[in-house]
This record gives sequence, C-alpha cells and structure tokens, in this order.
Amino acid sequence: MSVTAAPRPATADDTAEPAVTTHPTAGAAGVAFEPLLIGFTCNWCSYRAADLAGTARIKYPPNVRLVRLMCAGRLDPTFVLKAFAGGADGVMVTGCWPGDCHYREQNFKGLRRFLLLRRVIAALGIEPARLQLVWASAAEGDRLAHEIGRIVEEVRALGPLKADERLAEPATPVAAVEAAT
Amino acid sequence: MTAIPVPETVPARPMPAPAATRHRFAMYWAAACGGCDIAVLNVDGVLPLVDEHFEVVFWPAVMDAKYADLEAVPDASIDITLFSGSIRNSENEALARLLRRKSRLLVAFGSCAGEGCIPGLANLSPTAAILDASYEGPGVDNPDHLLPQAVWQAPEGELDLPLLSPLLRTLDQVVPVDYSVPGCPPESARIAEVLALVVEALEGRAELPPVGSILGAGHSTVCDECPRTRGVKHITSFRRIQDVVSIDPDLCLLEQGIPCNGPATRDGCAARCPLVGAPCIGCYGPADGVVDYGARLMSAFASVVEAQEPAEIERILDGIADPVGQFYRFSLARSLLGASRAAKIGSVPAGLPPMEGAAT
Repeated sequence: MSVTAAPRPATADDTAEPAVTTHPTAGAAGVAFEPLLIGFTCNWCSYRAADLAGTARIKYPPNVRLVRLMCAGRLDPTFVLKAFAGGADGVMVTGCWPGDCHYREQNFKGLRRFLLLRRVIAALGIEPARLQLVWASAAEGDRLAHEIGRIVEEVRALGPLKADERLAEPATPVAAVEAAT
Repeated sequence: MTAIPVPETVPARPMPAPAATRHRFAMYWAAACGGCDIAVLNVDGVLPLVDEHFEVVFWPAVMDAKYADLEAVPDASIDITLFSGSIRNSENEALARLLRRKSRLLVAFGSCAGEGCIPGLANLSPTAAILDASYEGPGVDNPDHLLPQAVWQAPEGELDLPLLSPLLRTLDQVVPVDYSVPGCPPESARIAEVLALVVEALEGRAELPPVGSILGAGHSTVCDECPRTRGVKHITSFRRIQDVVSIDPDLCLLEQGIPCNGPATRDGCAARCPLVGAPCIGCYGPADGVVDYGARLMSAFASVVEAQEPAEIERILDGIADPVGQFYRFSLARSLLGASRAAKIGSVPAGLPPMEGAAT
C-alpha cells in the first residue's frame, strides 16, 4: 500500500486561496450593504496621496483596503481576479499621471492590463464599473479621497458581488431546472 | 525526450516487492470527448506498454464493464486509474468518488480532469441556458419540448438519469488527486513516459515525485520549447489566424500579431502547434508558478501592446475577438473565478449585456 497517496503537501496553488472572505455584511438581513473595495496603489504617487489625505485629515470611506505596489505596471491581473474571487465588491487601481511614471512608462502597462481586464471581467458577468483606474499624484490627497468616495458609491449602487454563491450547491434535477424557467 | 526530473526532496516511498501478477489498471471518461482514451490506445506508443504491464480492471472505452463490477473490487486494489473528463453531473461525481476509493493512484488525466477544458466553457452559462441550447437551440427538432427527467416511471420500473451539476468542476475539486497529466489530449510519448515511471515505481525501482505533481510535462512554457525566433514585441494589431495571408515561418507568432498562448502554457508538447504555424491555444495548462492561467496571459498580451492612448489600446484589443475563449479556453473551471457570474447565480445579472459566446 505504500503507493497509496499521502495527503497532498502544500503547493503554489494553495496560496491562491482567497485571503479575503465574503464581506461580513453582504446580504446579512437587516444590515446595510457596505461594499468592500481593494485598492492597488503606486508607491510613488497614490499611496503617498493616501498618506497626504491622512495627514491633511481629509476623510474618505473606510471601505477601501489599500495594497501598495511599486508601480501600476506591477499590477498582475491575478491580483484583481483574486480580490474578486475572495469577496471584494470592487477593485481600484491607481498610478501616476501619464508622463509622470517613476519608471518612465510602466503606468501605461498598467493601463493596458486594466483595459484588457475590464473586457474579461465583463465577459464573466462582473460589471466593468467594479474595476476602476485612477491617476493621482503624490500631491493629490484630496483627489484620491474624492475618487475613493465616488467608486465606493458606484459599487454600492451595483450591490454585492457574491462571487461564489453557487459553488457549493448540490446537483440540480433537470425537472427542477425546467420548473424554474 | 528528456526524462521527467525527480526532485531530490522526494520523501522515501517504500515500494512493494515485485508482484506475481500484472499491475491493475483502470481508465474512465467522465465529461470528456474520448480523445484521452484514444491517446492511450495509440498503438505506436502506449498500448503495448499498458498491455505488457497492466491488467485492465475497468476501462469503459475499450471493454464492457458494469459499475457493479467496479464496486465489487476491494478498495485500493487498482494500482493506477487514469481519470479523464471533468465532473458535469452526479454520475461523473459518483464515479470519481468510487474510483478514488478503489485506486491507489488516481491521476487527473488530460485537460478536462485537470482544468475543465472545453466542457468547462459551459461555466459561462446558467444551467437553464445550457439545457435550452441543447434541447431547444438551433438545429434541434424537439416539437414536444422534451427535457431529460431525473426520474421516469417506465412500465418495467423506475428509471433515473444523472443530475446535472450547477457548475462543471475539475476532478480535484471533487476528490483528492495524486497526480495530473496535462494535455488535450496528452501526447502519446509523454503518456508512455508516465506509465513507464509508474511501472518502475510499482516495482520498487524508482520513486514517484511528491503527490500533487504534474507528470508528463515540463516546468516551463511552450515558448521555451518553440524554435521560432523571439525578439522585442511591439503589437500594433492582433490578427486572427484565418485573416493572415502569409505567416513568417521563423518568427514568433505573437510578434506577428497572432494571439499565441505560449507565454502562459506549460511545455511538454514540443510546441507542436507553433511549429506548423498554428498558435498555441493552451491545452497543456498553466506553467509552473501560474496561479490563474488567463491572468498570466492577459499580463503577457497587455505588456506587448504598442500603444499609450486608451482609444488606440482599445482598438488593438478589439482584435482579440473572444477574450474568455482566448484566455480561458481550457482553464475556466480551474481559474480563480471558476465560472461566469451568470452561471454562479443561475441567471444573467441585471444591467449586463448578453455575453458573447455564451448560451443565453
């Protein structure tokens, strides 16, 4: 029996398990829906803009969780899909204004990935407005705060994403499917 | 043909003494086209190996067998089961569980079992839309609007049919799997390598790699196997292969604007398609370290698009006619999202345009 499978050791795929669980208030009875937003921010501009908003005491909604990247060009589409799969209702990507990139033109790479991602998530039934790109320089704390507020409200209007709703359902009798249509 | 590298960190696996009889072999097709069975039956390479070393216990594609016969064999008595096909209905799932119980090594064999493959694209559509396309769609003559019933009272007694699952799943989303062999279908020479390794291991002359490993493929990408010349890519337009008048025989296909999935796809096929001027479509699945196949490919394609203005970028991206088909043709069921939202919630979300390519 020595060939019998031992428990599978951890692989790279295991780390793909969503770190974020479904938003605690999503769909809970009697609780208003608060969208969960993941923001991927550039180290050289918008992450500092968020810092600036903080030091200037500019308020923005607490719905966003910021993740610092070195550049918008570092945005791997995997990050965005993992956020959606893990329970985020929206994703914000930020970068330096065109022409201002710390790495010359890598923010355009981020722009191209963002535009391609929007097409793919739309084809998979996720409203394109759930993924938004914002340019904000390190000096634009007020602009970043305003944009976060705008995106949170747009995602709130779209409602919860509930990406994994049906994965655990049992098999459906065909007759029941017929009755439902 | 390079040997399958066995990492030095493999835990010691004491192998049984040489068996007096041949090893016991099974192969099953769940939601599959049968191409994997054909690949194993490929007489040139693989079948003699199966015949020489294995006693076939259960293989519906080539010999008659009843599920009751399979249930009757002792648990863990089949040395190796090649399971092709994905899990589409309750019958597939029951057989996956049964074969898991009866098998010492359960191998997800081929793209369907490993990643969902083409059947996995059904995860773009709600169940009702799939049934509608199959039983009411174009070319279907069904005047009485008959649909398969889960249970049917026939004069001879009660008959039942498998239940359709809401979403298609891969084998390892249903039962623990020991190894995967990618490919649609796996290349015969690679199957022969895998079976030879398994025979060596069963007879105590070799050790199998850690459980969870991919067998019969490499660790890099198709690009690494592809002999075409690669330079700096500046894509100003994507072209579908049927629109290309002449293909440069030596230059990277992606560099010629032909969407080629080589950059994200595991090597192991010897770059068969690019060698003959057809783009890689990704049947060997994600390369080592790739979490989401489509995401890796999107990253690669977007990086080489030569434009900075949003309108110009959109024009170039318009050349990818079917993004999900391009990026997830074989791997949708195994991707991070796994299915479209319509398939997950059972209907198309309000306010979205109808999905291209999906049954609606």
